[in-house]
Amino acid sequence: MREKRIRKKTLMIGMIMMGLLAALAVLAPLICSCDPLEQDLYNVLKAPGSSGHLLGTDQLGRDILARLLYAGRTDLAVMVLAEIIPFFTGTFLGMVSGYFGGRAEWVITLVTDTFIAFPYYLLVIVVAFATGAGIHGIFITFMLVGWLVYARVARGVTSSLRRSEWVEAAKIMGYSDLRILVTEVFPNVLPQAVVVLMTDMAALLVSIVTLGYLGIGITPPTPDWGMMISEGQSFVTTAWWLSVLPGLMVVYTGIALSLLGDGLADFWRRDSV
Amino acid sequence: METILQMAAVNADYGETPVLKDINLTIPKHKIIGLVGESGSGKSTMARVITGLLQPSSGEICFEGERLSVRRSRETRRKIQMVFQNPDGSLNPRHTIGRTLTDVMKFHGRARGARANEQAAELLRQMELPGDSLQRYPASFSGGQKQRIALARALAAEPDFLIADEPTSALDVSVQLMMLDLIKDLQRKRDLTVLFISHDLGVIHYICDEVAVMHRGRILEMDTTENFFRNPKTEYGKQLLDSVPVLNI
Repeated sequence: MREKRIRKKTLMIGMIMMGLLAALAVLAPLICSCDPLEQDLYNVLKAPGSSGHLLGTDQLGRDILARLLYAGRTDLAVMVLAEIIPFFTGTFLGMVSGYFGGRAEWVITLVTDTFIAFPYYLLVIVVAFATGAGIHGIFITFMLVGWLVYARVARGVTSSLRRSEWVEAAKIMGYSDLRILVTEVFPNVLPQAVVVLMTDMAALLVSIVTLGYLGIGITPPTPDWGMMISEGQSFVTTAWWLSVLPGLMVVYTGIALSLLGDGLADFWRRDSV
Repeated sequence: METILQMAAVNADYGETPVLKDINLTIPKHKIIGLVGESGSGKSTMARVITGLLQPSSGEICFEGERLSVRRSRETRRKIQMVFQNPDGSLNPRHTIGRTLTDVMKFHGRARGARANEQAAELLRQMELPGDSLQRYPASFSGGQKQRIALARALAAEPDFLIADEPTSALDVSVQLMMLDLIKDLQRKRDLTVLFISHDLGVIHYICDEVAVMHRGRILEMDTTENFFRNPKTEYGKQLLDSVPVLNI
């Protein structure tokens, strides 16, 4: 009983943390009236709590709260948008290969193993250099490789269900393969895929931030947490908040996503209900 | 006597391994036919071939006078249903019982909407399951209950021919009898033909009108239950009967 309550709490905390983050990003203009791009060279490197700047200013006098919120908007939007298509294509391809087995399974396994063996960041950097810095590099790379992890998970789950009696009962009933995949198998694959989605979103956020940090991600002056960390590094001994605050935002998002993932996984484990 | 299913010179294999060898079997309508044999004798493969899960490599299967082809019509599929051995794997864990049953009714055009719900509730009542079962998920039921739900799903299609593949062997002894009585009762009420697969001669004796003995992919003999238990025609049949443990109390 106690364990169940703790598990419910995990989901609640994850949802509240993520909801708060989404609200901050969406309501950014209402929360902070400052322009994240407006420079004020008379007021540079102000400490948090200075008049008019709740979290201080950076080396160009830009309001850090505004930059954090708007960076969150960009980073979270890229994170969600870049995950959606790979999530569905990967899950679908994985289900098809796991369900039919044979040649389809062989091809998908070969492709996923090949791509997974390839260092991810190397690929990201190659694509970023080929397409130029910016959001599209992240999108292209993720369309190329993002679906693999879902395909793997969905294939594993589906091939373990393929021979289960209820799938056979559905075949005997005369249901078409498409119907079995969509209405029977998919609800069983979805929980695992969503848990992976949460972990993968956290990983994607880290790579967006990393690319920003390396200077090949979201292009300036659009604020991005990675870029903020990297720019603040030069002042870390005198104005630590420049790097630490965006760093904390990344950590916070990561924790929120994994709590949400864990919470959802437990919630879906019906046998414990 | 009318026949419902006829198999003529049917062979089936898994890859290189032959599992069914030259099966010739005629199943009469409105009876419970037992298919008995040891593990690996091909009993379950028979079920897979009849339901269309496995294509025979040669031979002919006729159902209600029509030859079963590779692509079966929805109507033919509706008429042949099956209950499996393992109660834990027989129901989709993410569908409520109500959805499992009403999906079948809708798919085969038997009922939809509120009427389907009513019929599903009625089916569950016949299976002696609790009234709130429709909204619940399989995980909250016991093995015996799941097996009765699986039986309800098969019956939701209103089949003519039911294959029960060891439906009681994974159940506790106390629940086995209830399941057997239920099948017996339903067979009578719905005029079903049942192919009852089991390795348990006690169960076969209790429920079946006729018995077919399988050994190493072949049907060795088929007779009425009474005749078979009194005087089996083959040596293997005698061995089977001799191997039944007797209570000397």
